[in-house]
Amino acid sequence: MPSGPLSIGAAGAALRSGEATAVELLAAVMSRAEMTESELHCYLNLDREGAMAAARQADRELDRGEDRGPLHGIPVAVKDNMCTRGLETTCSSKILAGYRPPYDATAVARLREAGAVIVGKTNLDEFAMGSSTENSAYGPTRNPWDTGRVPGGSSGGSAAAVAAGSAIAALGSDTGGSIRQPASLCGVVGMKPTYGLVSRYGLVAFASSLDQIGPLTRTVGDAALLLSAVAGHDPADATSYAGRAPDFAGSLDRGVDGLRLGVVKELGGDGYQPDVSEATEEMLNKLAAQGAEVMEVSLPLFDVALSAYYLIAPAECSANLARFDGMRYGLSIKGSTASATMAGTRAEGFGPEVTRRILLGTYALSAGYFDAFYGQAQRVRSLLQAEFDEAYRKVDVLVSPTSPTTAFRLGERTQDPLAMYMSDICTIPSNLSGHPAISVPIGLDSKHLPIGFQVMAPALGEQVMMAVAAEVERLAGFDALPPPALAPPPGVPL
Amino acid sequence: MKWEPVIGIEVHVELDTDSKMFCGCRVSFGDPPNTHVCPVCLALPGSLPVPNRKAIERIIRLGLALNCRINPGSVFHRKNYYYADLPKNYQISQYDVPVCVDGWLDVESDESRFRVGIERVHMEEDTGKSVHVGEGGRIHSAAETLVDFNRAGTPLVEIVSRPDLRSAADARTYAQELRAVVVETGVSDARMERGSIRFDANVSIRPEGSPELGVKVEIKNMNSFRSLEKAIRSEIERQTALVATGERVVMETRHWDEEGEVTHGMRTKEGSSDYRYFTEPDLAPMVFDGSWVEEARSHLPELPALRRDRYRGMGVKPAAARVLASSDPQLRSLFEEAVESGADAVAAGNWVTGEVTASLRRREVSLEDVPLRGGQIAALTRLVSEGRVSASAAREVLEGVMDGEGSPSEVATRRNLLQLSDRAALEEVVEEVMAANPEAVERYRSGEGKVRGFLVGQVMRATSGRADPRAVNEILSARL
Repeated sequence: MPSGPLSIGAAGAALRSGEATAVELLAAVMSRAEMTESELHCYLNLDREGAMAAARQADRELDRGEDRGPLHGIPVAVKDNMCTRGLETTCSSKILAGYRPPYDATAVARLREAGAVIVGKTNLDEFAMGSSTENSAYGPTRNPWDTGRVPGGSSGGSAAAVAAGSAIAALGSDTGGSIRQPASLCGVVGMKPTYGLVSRYGLVAFASSLDQIGPLTRTVGDAALLLSAVAGHDPADATSYAGRAPDFAGSLDRGVDGLRLGVVKELGGDGYQPDVSEATEEMLNKLAAQGAEVMEVSLPLFDVALSAYYLIAPAECSANLARFDGMRYGLSIKGSTASATMAGTRAEGFGPEVTRRILLGTYALSAGYFDAFYGQAQRVRSLLQAEFDEAYRKVDVLVSPTSPTTAFRLGERTQDPLAMYMSDICTIPSNLSGHPAISVPIGLDSKHLPIGFQVMAPALGEQVMMAVAAEVERLAGFDALPPPALAPPPGVPL
Repeated sequence: MKWEPVIGIEVHVELDTDSKMFCGCRVSFGDPPNTHVCPVCLALPGSLPVPNRKAIERIIRLGLALNCRINPGSVFHRKNYYYADLPKNYQISQYDVPVCVDGWLDVESDESRFRVGIERVHMEEDTGKSVHVGEGGRIHSAAETLVDFNRAGTPLVEIVSRPDLRSAADARTYAQELRAVVVETGVSDARMERGSIRFDANVSIRPEGSPELGVKVEIKNMNSFRSLEKAIRSEIERQTALVATGERVVMETRHWDEEGEVTHGMRTKEGSSDYRYFTEPDLAPMVFDGSWVEEARSHLPELPALRRDRYRGMGVKPAAARVLASSDPQLRSLFEEAVESGADAVAAGNWVTGEVTASLRRREVSLEDVPLRGGQIAALTRLVSEGRVSASAAREVLEGVMDGEGSPSEVATRRNLLQLSDRAALEEVVEEVMAANPEAVERYRSGEGKVRGFLVGQVMRATSGRADPRAVNEILSARL
């Protein structure tokens, strides 16, 4: 029996050696959820019956030697903004309370195809808008490392579930850092793939040109396995990458010898928690000692990326969320006319942050303001992409902290949207460029809270990015666990 | 002051594709409500559009038929507005880079020939259909409004003309010609009664000779060419009356009221609505390499304007050429077969657009229901030009052929319709008539010229009308 919290790799080995069954893996994860949910609230909905049926089926198939690969029989959580057939999908919004989609998102369908056991749907900021999971209409998720603190967001439920062991791995979505920032704050690995690598079909859209599904896992290797299962062309998504997905797990142990690492000058200094900066510096030294060529790179437009993002993302969201009008599904507050029904439903159904962004975006697209706001933001986006391209002529990957600070207290930033938006300052540029980026835990701060390290790579540069991330993981030797009450169990209780 | 109307026409055409614009649902008409719907066309959360390649091929073909330039790349935009029959509350449409731009259409009527500029032809999707039920069933009196999403997402092409039209009649002629092109290119059946082609008109007036455009009013809800013409005429009159009394025309959208034959203003200020267009992030920009355009060009049929010219070149009179060129393909091929079989083009054109069409209408059948071929039209015209049947008998021969009695000469023989032009036989009849009417002969010879007509009539009667009147006159002249 493996000791310590289980990775996909370790759980898979236990399944195939007969040490554990898929039903037992699921039972362990479910019992963790029973123990921790009242405190953490990672899940909006645990699918006990569906998961048990899937686990039994996995056991039967494995018994017969029908092996679907690394995810077969592995309990995986899914962020609640991905459609699951017949299973409530709310996006943490009142407007979709009770909504059961008639179809599976492509990523979910591929998980099922790979034999994964879907444990349930995890909490998020409403429609993935937020950085703390406090904007959920169903209450916040808490950080397993300190339940007075947020898990980050918007994929806070997925990150906290993996950190607490109530899932072995999870899917999240990342529009401006929504996978990487909570991964950083919860001490797990979180990765946003290249835009288009994972189909968005069935992912309830926030900002279509930025949204991307990706893995939250205990290890870099697990991230590669989970990504491999869900990536690849999907004819149902016209922006899906048409080529073959690379072999992400293939070159994890190549090391960093001879690789050029660019440290982003603009992501550090004032406003960064000192122990975050120190841990980052220390990791850079270790990487250099392994033969990496570490150099500083300046990307001046990173300073305005946040502003561009907060015009583009709300603009797209203002149209994407227009369909929630009480006419066909979800909440419907009947008015005397169709437009009164629409207005009433939307006023009642959306929370304050979603409302704020819809208003912002509607304004940014209005006649007379379009050029100054949305148009200007799109120009910044193109220039930023050019700046990235220029940087990648000099270096193989870019590195930075994932978040300027470790986990902050619940309520600390809810009254100050700008302070909240600053949480994503390091992660937003990769969404604007469509490039892949990953966060790996590298240590703890003075308050015993995890610190994340971000590796960014050019489009479809997942292989080199994962190789660097794996080396960071090895060098950090991060094996700290949340406080015992909320730490994942050592292996599977058989 | 004399006022000049300035008119532009916007046309929406539903394409005849098998499936919808952005999903695999079937394009349908008249099926039970909400039976051709899926997550995409119902705008369920998480669904995404995938463009229909066939629809894009068709809009390119139509653009080429309208002499447009095909943009090498084209972009979809979101047009944002809230309406219960618009599932996403935005329509995927096009804005600044439509598929086709800068074309024209040559139009002609009895009165005029003119060219209308085409500003753009762009691709979009149709909305669902609101069905008002209960009480009066009209939009304001209905107890309830239900929405049928079968139509939602049907590929829709919008064709925007330049403001080149100057009269209601010209606008109608343009609309008819445009519909003919749409049908001819095979992109849509363009049936007005089903709403698969819909016309809106932008109407303004300005002092004659002024280069500036007046304030335009958009009029909607015309469901026939006739109502299009009437609505425009009524709107021109309304605007002219307004400015005559010193009032101003305001920019607005007006609905044509078919029964009242007037336009009604709508309360909403649509003129100022802001659709907040932005690039559709779910769809990559389209890139058309030369092969797309060449492929579309290879599917272009002969268009009405060119066909009119060709028919005129064959000698057909302009009016008949116009009718023939826009008549249904079976009638056209009947005409063309007839000419190929040696018929005179003018005569064949007259037969096809005249008697044949009239007879089909009387019989309430289409051409494929009768055994009439081009070669028979050619044979019929020969019988007439050779004087073997009279013009009136020829119509009866045609009926016989259409009744399946055989070839024109078989019908003429069987129905005893051949003219007697055998000299010897006719002379014999004339002799008999003269012998039987000695008085008349005497009167004629004594200078009573009009008696000749009586004698000819007697010959015709004796031959049951089959005698060739020219030959009878010649013989009579010689004998008398």
